[in-house]
Amino acid sequence: MDIGGINIITLLATLIVASVPILMAALGELVVEKSGVLNLGVEGMMIIGAVIGFVVAVQTGNPVIGFLGGAVAGAALAAVFALLTQVLLANQVASGLALTLFGLGLSSLIGQGWNGIRPPLTRDVPLGPLSDIPVLGPVLFSHDWMVYASFALVVAVWWVLRRTRAGLILRAVGESHDAAHALGYKVRRIRMAAILFGGAMAGMGGAYISLIRVPQWTDGITSGAGWIALAIVVFASWKPWRVLLGAWLFGGISVLQLSLQAAGSRIPVEYLSMSPYVITILVLVFISSGRGRAMGAPADLGKTFHASR
Amino acid sequence: MVRLEKRANPSRLWSVATPVLAVVLTMIAGGILFAMLGKDPVAAIRTIFWDPLFNPQFAAYSRPQLLVKAGPLILIAIGLALGFRAGVWNIGAEGQYVVGALVGAATGLALYPMDSRLIFPLMVVAGGLGGLLWAMIPALLRTMFRTNEILVSLLLVYVAQSLLASMALGALRNPQGGGFPGSRNLSQWASSANPELVAGTGMHWGVVAAFISVIGAYVLLQRHMLGFSIRLAGQAPRAARFAGVSPTRLVIVCFGISGALAGLAGLFEVTGPAGQISLDFAQGYGFTAIIVAFLGRLNPVGILLAGLLMALTYIGGELAQFMLGLPAAAIQAFQGMLLFFLLAVDILTNYRIRWTKREAA
Amino acid sequence: MTGARALLQLEGLTKAYPGVVANSGIGFTIRAGEVHALLGENGAGKSTLVKMIYGLVRPDAGRMLLNGADYAPDRPATARKAGVGMVFQHFSLFDAMTVAENVALGMELPPPMRELAAQIRATSINYGLPLDPDRIVGDLSAGERQRVEIVRCLLQDPRLLIMDEPTSVLTPQEVDILFRTLRKLAAEGTAILYISHKLEEIRTICDHATILRRGKVVATCTPAERTARELAEMMVGTVLTPPARPAAPKGDIALEVNGLSAPSPIPFGTALKNIRLSVRAGEVLGIAGVAGNGQDELLLALNGELRCASDIVRINGKSIGHRGPRGRRHAGLVAAPEERLGHAAAPDMTLTENAVLSGAQRRKLVRRGFIDWRRARTFAEEIIREFDVRTPGTEVAARALSGGNLQKFVVGRELSQDPAVIVINQPTWGVDAAAAASIRQAILDRAAAGAAIIVISQDLDELLEIADSFAALNEGHLTEPRPVAGLTVEQIGLMMGGVHGMEAANGPA
Repeated sequence: MDIGGINIITLLATLIVASVPILMAALGELVVEKSGVLNLGVEGMMIIGAVIGFVVAVQTGNPVIGFLGGAVAGAALAAVFALLTQVLLANQVASGLALTLFGLGLSSLIGQGWNGIRPPLTRDVPLGPLSDIPVLGPVLFSHDWMVYASFALVVAVWWVLRRTRAGLILRAVGESHDAAHALGYKVRRIRMAAILFGGAMAGMGGAYISLIRVPQWTDGITSGAGWIALAIVVFASWKPWRVLLGAWLFGGISVLQLSLQAAGSRIPVEYLSMSPYVITILVLVFISSGRGRAMGAPADLGKTFHASR
Repeated sequence: MVRLEKRANPSRLWSVATPVLAVVLTMIAGGILFAMLGKDPVAAIRTIFWDPLFNPQFAAYSRPQLLVKAGPLILIAIGLALGFRAGVWNIGAEGQYVVGALVGAATGLALYPMDSRLIFPLMVVAGGLGGLLWAMIPALLRTMFRTNEILVSLLLVYVAQSLLASMALGALRNPQGGGFPGSRNLSQWASSANPELVAGTGMHWGVVAAFISVIGAYVLLQRHMLGFSIRLAGQAPRAARFAGVSPTRLVIVCFGISGALAGLAGLFEVTGPAGQISLDFAQGYGFTAIIVAFLGRLNPVGILLAGLLMALTYIGGELAQFMLGLPAAAIQAFQGMLLFFLLAVDILTNYRIRWTKREAA
Repeated sequence: MTGARALLQLEGLTKAYPGVVANSGIGFTIRAGEVHALLGENGAGKSTLVKMIYGLVRPDAGRMLLNGADYAPDRPATARKAGVGMVFQHFSLFDAMTVAENVALGMELPPPMRELAAQIRATSINYGLPLDPDRIVGDLSAGERQRVEIVRCLLQDPRLLIMDEPTSVLTPQEVDILFRTLRKLAAEGTAILYISHKLEEIRTICDHATILRRGKVVATCTPAERTARELAEMMVGTVLTPPARPAAPKGDIALEVNGLSAPSPIPFGTALKNIRLSVRAGEVLGIAGVAGNGQDELLLALNGELRCASDIVRINGKSIGHRGPRGRRHAGLVAAPEERLGHAAAPDMTLTENAVLSGAQRRKLVRRGFIDWRRARTFAEEIIREFDVRTPGTEVAARALSGGNLQKFVVGRELSQDPAVIVINQPTWGVDAAAAASIRQAILDRAAAGAAIIVISQDLDELLEIADSFAALNEGHLTEPRPVAGLTVEQIGLMMGGVHGMEAANGPA
């Protein structure tokens, strides 16, 4: 199963791992956008999650607590966004950008002196007999617990949005905040909850990068993963299972280009490293040109809600 | 309970006062941040905001730096502000800045070592065009395929950075540089140099261009139909269509202007203060300019002042790094905080805050 | 039905907003099984009162009793639990969701979806309002959308049903069906609070009426015992004169539309299908139709926001179908869209700036790309003067004006451009009676001066008052225009499409 010096099964297994951060972040953002809020601060929340998760894990020696720390940090930054956009009615695009700029600065401030340290190890947990299945076993069922958790979250988000009353209300708020308000739903509270969830997910995604994927802390470690997560939500037409697909696609590209670099490909390194971004753009173009409108986009996405009278 | 009530007319007073209030709040919050880092907050704030201008020990070096840093910030922010006003979100100015510098530098280097006064103007044109063309990618994808311009313009920053690395290591590398990455020094070649125009002021052609752009944007927004269309499209997109403003044209124009200005900023930087195409050429002006644009309330005169203030935090930040050992990242967080506070207090412009009895919302 | 027990008693309800007292000391009683009209002009305080009953707004003073017990809902859910349901005029449906999902969102404890769907089918047919629970609400006609809201309330067995302007989205035939449903409900003991300003309807369906003016109860009566004119005068407080109609000879064809078809740019909008019409100079063509049958799209297509092949739209014989709004204004066509704030006017811009918005070309406010702000201000002042717009000045943001005043400004801005063709959608929607009369008069004056005019409106009385010829939009089709003289309400109803969507759930009837 080797092609050009690259083992396909190893490649696929690495792909699954590489896709976890953007999968988590994109799932969180999907919920946020379904509630009608556009939070462009995913990159900022991820990198804050990455640094706090790292520091907490190293301090406690426990990666699980590290992930929790990352989630709390992401949610805390998201709370600032919620305050700005939901209470102080600030522009969502500008607030999201502010979140990213602030997150990048703050993370590098916090991360000073944590460079070059190895975080406590998160072990792989092969899923018993499932991991013995040829091909699928090593690719899907021989990973760390966060990988399985991220799969479970895809199912959970899908189930909540599609099958539960909470999901119905969340979608309703994103579809028309005026109608939801008229029926007596607390638009602001629901959106704030969604924003916090999105922040926690982005924070955990970021922590996965610094604790498992890399694993160490360097400035700007997320290198655009948050933006790609945003793109994946569009790619997925706001559907959870397609977020999984998008994350795998992107994970595949980034893993493939790294493998090509390692295998000594003749394509210059710089072009390989820009490829994930270029391909993300191409996919975005393909998706947006496909069918008339952005299918599935919540009607009130990005609009400010102020209950007058 | 606090209740927000929309004002019938935006408050003139608050639209001027909010940026000032935001700066004050940021100083307070920044002071707390610096104190948490174990630094004397008053000394830190003084080092950032006062010493670069008035401390005799540093002012001679710092004052010219003010214009050097403010020039590109203002130039880029003016272009971005036009787009933001129209609801066109170009957040990839950093990429356009890099590509403008690359194209301009490449144009000049292709003619090396020719000696002509036409080379620098030619490079300026090439730099502006480079930024413009790079900005046309998200603009055209937006208008032809409805692709989200925010994401595309931002993702192109990463592409531009890889391109920069590839150029610094490859095509544009100085053949006499002993294998080190980086191009020839453009500021030391008379035909391509963008020198300090008045000694001791930091004024170079990029600063001149920034001032011109401020005046141009002011006239455009106040008097010209295009400026009116830009404001209209941003405030009420459907009313703009009713008035006959073409959204497609507006996206192209706004991206074109902001891309060209960012490209120019890159070109003036690479031929002047930076001197060469190098791996660390992209210093984040394109992102900081977003803060500058908002801090200036998307108003040209405001942007001029905001650009100078933000330049001051850069210089002061370097000084604080040198004097107090304040980490460089602290300044970046500080700038981000400024944008937060600005967005937060902006509500005072359009809403009145009232204290009322509790009410079912 | 009179003499039945009191269901809801209101005593001294007062609600003030900064600058206005919306309700002041309101008191009346609604009995079980009666249809009680709440009558008043726009701004009289009807919607604030209703929001207090439904728990969306809390009164500053006064109290409510439901079945003799204190009733003070803090949110709609409490109101619904107490048996108060509300059918909104706007803003309470989710376009991208199914009928069943929309119904579930309006209920406290909805049953599982499949069961709910069955209940929707059963209840809707039982009350003569058939609905398919699986359809997407955005694809429904206005009448069907209203059914969704009614069925949503009915499933919760309300004791009081509040209906806010229910007939403004219905054809005359659909109104008949609704009234049958309401009578059936009343007979079962449900009280109905019926909000409207349509007097004939109230005389037909309501047992009692409470009339509001400027936030106060000014009269109560039994509507069937009063004439529509008496009701109107109670509501408005003055005597109204209908607009004068100078007879003028009709000129040549000024606007011609030949087979205009266009997809809708609006999500869940209605495509225009082969529209043909012509209007002569001096003629007023009234276009009726239930909301959502292509009115907005027709206006966009006529004013150039939607373009088409050049020959399809002609002004004074000149082909201008390919031109945008600026080109069409240049050719002499002006338009006033239905939505004033956000479409016809930019809310945050001053009146001077809003005057430039559409007046730049015909009033020559721009020279070589630069705006002449002095001329623009003069133009804005002229509109304010001639159309009696109440505003402190020209440098006030459009959103600061009341709905009626802004409408006068917008209509005035278009009428003051010496146009050859005028297209107006809902000229008097949300405007008080006096302002509405002056707007109608201004339109007729323009016609007398030789302009060709299209008025799109959902108010049939208005169209019959000012139009020379009449057509109706129905699912994107426009009927053949006919002279107004001699048209019956029955014929008009059929032109408007009779009853929409009855086949959808019933199968072929």
